[in-house]
Amino acid sequence: MKKGFSWLTALFTAVSAVYLYPLALVAVNSFKKKAYISRQPFSLPNAQTFAGFANYQKGVELTHFLSAVLTSLLITVCSVALILLCTSMCAWFISRVRSRMMHGLYLLFLFSMVVPFQMVMFTLSRLANLLGLNTPLGIVIIYLGFGAGLSVFLFTGFVNACPAAVEESALIDGCNPLRLFFAIVLPILRPTAVSVGILQTMWIWNDYLLPYLVLDLKRFRTIPIAVQYLRGGYGSVDMGAMMAMLVLAIIPIVVFYLLCQKYIVSGVMAGAIKG
Amino acid sequence: MKKILAVLSTLVLALGIVNILAARQASPEGASAAQNPSAGSVYYLNFKPEQATQWQEVADQYTRLTGVSVTVVTAASGTYEDALRSEMAKNDPPTLFQVNGPVGLRAWRDWCLDLRDTKLFQSLQNRDFALTDGEAVLAVAYAIESYGLIYNRTLLNRYCALDGAVIADASEINSFETLRAVAEDIQSRRQELGVLGAFTSAGMDASSDWRFKTHLVNLPLYYEYRDGGLTSADEIRGEYLPQLRQIWDLYIHNATCPPAMIGAKTGEDAASEFALGEAVFYQNGTWAYQDIVAEGLKDEELGMLPIYIGVPGEEKQGLCTGSENYWCINRLADPADIEATKAFVDWLAATPDGQRALTDQLGLSTPFVSAMPQNALQAAAQEDLQSGRTPVAWVFPTIPSERWKTAVGAAMLEYAQGGVGWNAVEEAFVEGWALESNAAK
Amino acid sequence: MERSLKRWWPLFVLPTALAFLVGFLIPFGMGLYLSFCDFTTLSDAVYVSVANYIKAFSDASGEFVHALWYTALFAVVSTAIINVLALGVALLLTRGFPGTNAFRTVFFLPNLIGGIVLGWLWQVLLNGVLARWNATLVTSEWYGFWGLLLVVCWQQLGYMMIIYISGLTTIPEEVMEAAAIDGASARQAFWHVRLPMLMPSVTICTFLTLTNGFKLFDQNLALTNGMPGNRSQLLALNIYTTFYGRTGWAGAGQAKAVVFCLIVVSIALLQLRLTRSQEASG
Repeated sequence: MKKGFSWLTALFTAVSAVYLYPLALVAVNSFKKKAYISRQPFSLPNAQTFAGFANYQKGVELTHFLSAVLTSLLITVCSVALILLCTSMCAWFISRVRSRMMHGLYLLFLFSMVVPFQMVMFTLSRLANLLGLNTPLGIVIIYLGFGAGLSVFLFTGFVNACPAAVEESALIDGCNPLRLFFAIVLPILRPTAVSVGILQTMWIWNDYLLPYLVLDLKRFRTIPIAVQYLRGGYGSVDMGAMMAMLVLAIIPIVVFYLLCQKYIVSGVMAGAIKG
Repeated sequence: MKKILAVLSTLVLALGIVNILAARQASPEGASAAQNPSAGSVYYLNFKPEQATQWQEVADQYTRLTGVSVTVVTAASGTYEDALRSEMAKNDPPTLFQVNGPVGLRAWRDWCLDLRDTKLFQSLQNRDFALTDGEAVLAVAYAIESYGLIYNRTLLNRYCALDGAVIADASEINSFETLRAVAEDIQSRRQELGVLGAFTSAGMDASSDWRFKTHLVNLPLYYEYRDGGLTSADEIRGEYLPQLRQIWDLYIHNATCPPAMIGAKTGEDAASEFALGEAVFYQNGTWAYQDIVAEGLKDEELGMLPIYIGVPGEEKQGLCTGSENYWCINRLADPADIEATKAFVDWLAATPDGQRALTDQLGLSTPFVSAMPQNALQAAAQEDLQSGRTPVAWVFPTIPSERWKTAVGAAMLEYAQGGVGWNAVEEAFVEGWALESNAAK
Repeated sequence: MERSLKRWWPLFVLPTALAFLVGFLIPFGMGLYLSFCDFTTLSDAVYVSVANYIKAFSDASGEFVHALWYTALFAVVSTAIINVLALGVALLLTRGFPGTNAFRTVFFLPNLIGGIVLGWLWQVLLNGVLARWNATLVTSEWYGFWGLLLVVCWQQLGYMMIIYISGLTTIPEEVMEAAAIDGASARQAFWHVRLPMLMPSVTICTFLTLTNGFKLFDQNLALTNGMPGNRSQLLALNIYTTFYGRTGWAGAGQAKAVVFCLIVVSIALLQLRLTRSQEASG
């Protein structure tokens, strides 16, 4: 049976090659001198156009790329950790304590999931500045607030489907709810936590506008901001540095993806089915 | 796996926090611990994001020299007015800030200290570089820039040596007619000359379109203002639009690329075309020097011509010279801080050290007497000022809004691509002006 | 259980709720209020009733109205194309030929790359291709339209494909076998058996692609930045430039954002209703 479909293998190999071509193109161009990139985008570098790692060096210097990577990492790791912790607790509470207040809160969370960022763009960034949340650690709070909707939704969906019997008996035995949550509930929530974590990581790592408006840009830049900043207003676009930075921005993602592919795909599936 | 993850995340956290601390240390807030609290301090809200680090260095240098603390905060690109408005409302407002010209000054007039008896004002070469209100001097320009048609002298000389060349020397180009004849001849003989075009690509990418939607349109605006004796206008008639059209046509049809391609051409493209000797003319200004010489062009190979658009009497026209950078001192600041700020700007304008800071570290051409030209383009600008030709003033700071520029730029682009007729540019230019100046009220 | 838990709310709910207040509720409420105000900063807001909404819709440049239908068109076309392609790829990749896993990996990869990076990457590629016909991405708003479409297809195809694959694998083998025994042709089996059973996945994907299409910002900013003349601006970018690029238009920008929000929320409600009715009938 498998043999009969081998023409499909051939077809898809070709399609995959086309699919990956844009990435290869950027990688190739990142080794060309900047003047030749928009002129001959499809040719391989030759003796005249080859730039070695000069573009990388220039781009890293121009954008303070290392610092941007650290800022991005810090924001993403802290935000996702905080989101996972806080929203799983919140979701469990909401679904176990069925009061009117909690239901109202739940509906508000649901609502926040669909509201586009532009709706709160101005007021949110002003408020964040006012409260001094314009640092990588401050913005974590914003991400918790703005990203809570999806996480709470996914967690409550899961908790609702779990029987509460064990938890109830533990509480009756006098178990402290906090211990109960960390010892019993959290391990059960793990699969959902993985999918929430993946979805939030994909969002926060790549997010441009929110950190751009909220962060104190004099001091902190994330990777998307650093890349976009290469196109500064008065001046010029260094296409070589741009290509090199695109490659550097893509590499960690590809590595992360290849390492955690199983979780990512199943996380997306689980997230989508409930969404 | 878990252990690796734990180690990695700890590492990330640690590095991240170090990063933040380092950033805080380097930040002006961290450095502003006043060495000399009784003497007052300076708080400068800087307009140019690309010079943020250099200003910080200059401030540190001044602090080392005098013990007076200087805090520099730089507004993010395009947010200066915003930042100024919110900073001025705070307890500790900027003592030194800037306006972009008469239009900007209107909003901040009440905050401006009279600078009449500062050395900053007195060291101006030409008192036109200050904004005044009657006797009072409210703002003083600290950077003067010029733009025109930068040309490659070697290539132009090579052209002049060709059989049947229209001119024998660059100095003969002193009107639009000659410029057109030369450019079109170069274009038709580009293979013979070994160039790709007479002009560099007139890129309309955002990194380059300001050369046209702001700087080139300055010329028709300037002449219209001159005719009407205006310094700003709620409505314009676009009397010199035919001239804008002929210079624009000349640029796009005699360039290194066909007109339909300019939408994707960047500032870098034009600069590298010029730097690699692929084009003879390049419309840009003194600030472009570094990009031009990057590929090995020599100072003596560079020259700058006025942009001739075909206005009667333009043989006497000079380069477009002006400023959109004027310093003002906050009248409402603490008196000790005002004194400290005056001393700071006096140091910059009237001492050799301060001058070096402005010209070398910040790379500015200044309007002060002690200023020395630094490179070929600045020298050309200096020469132009002393030649007796009439400089074309920068009137573009009076353009009613960014949107006007965007709309005019878009119309120019589409006209070049053949999508619309010239009337679209006229419409964006004339009707857009009235609309935008109304909307701004 | 509830009673013993209830007093623990400050620990369990309060942190999230507070962040939610700062990160969403207050900005949302203020945003709604400010859409009826004239303002440049938060402190100088003056109530002006619906003037901002009138201003947004009656703008002489017609930008907002243009952005509205341009975005709607984009969202609909991208939804159709992405879903058809993703379903097609999913159907083929569930046939179990050698290499399917590797191909899934490849198709999903672009999803993880951020919109800004994607936009620049494709700009170089597309401008390079278009140069052969003396055109660029900004020759007219339709070049930008199709360019942007290509980018989002490339990006989202893999994501939707995964959802369709997971939908397809939940269809029991027996059902398909039963259909074959009953003499259904492959085409009949697809339209009458598989597709109906796939409807939940179709709804999810349609909803996701539709809202993604409406909310698209980063790719738009990086690929064309609205050129030429703001005519390849999608709604999100139009709102952004109204806010930050136009003096005196902050109120109108906020009003546009409210309209935008209404559109997206109504699409979500529609989707909710569809899902409900499916669950009821299925």
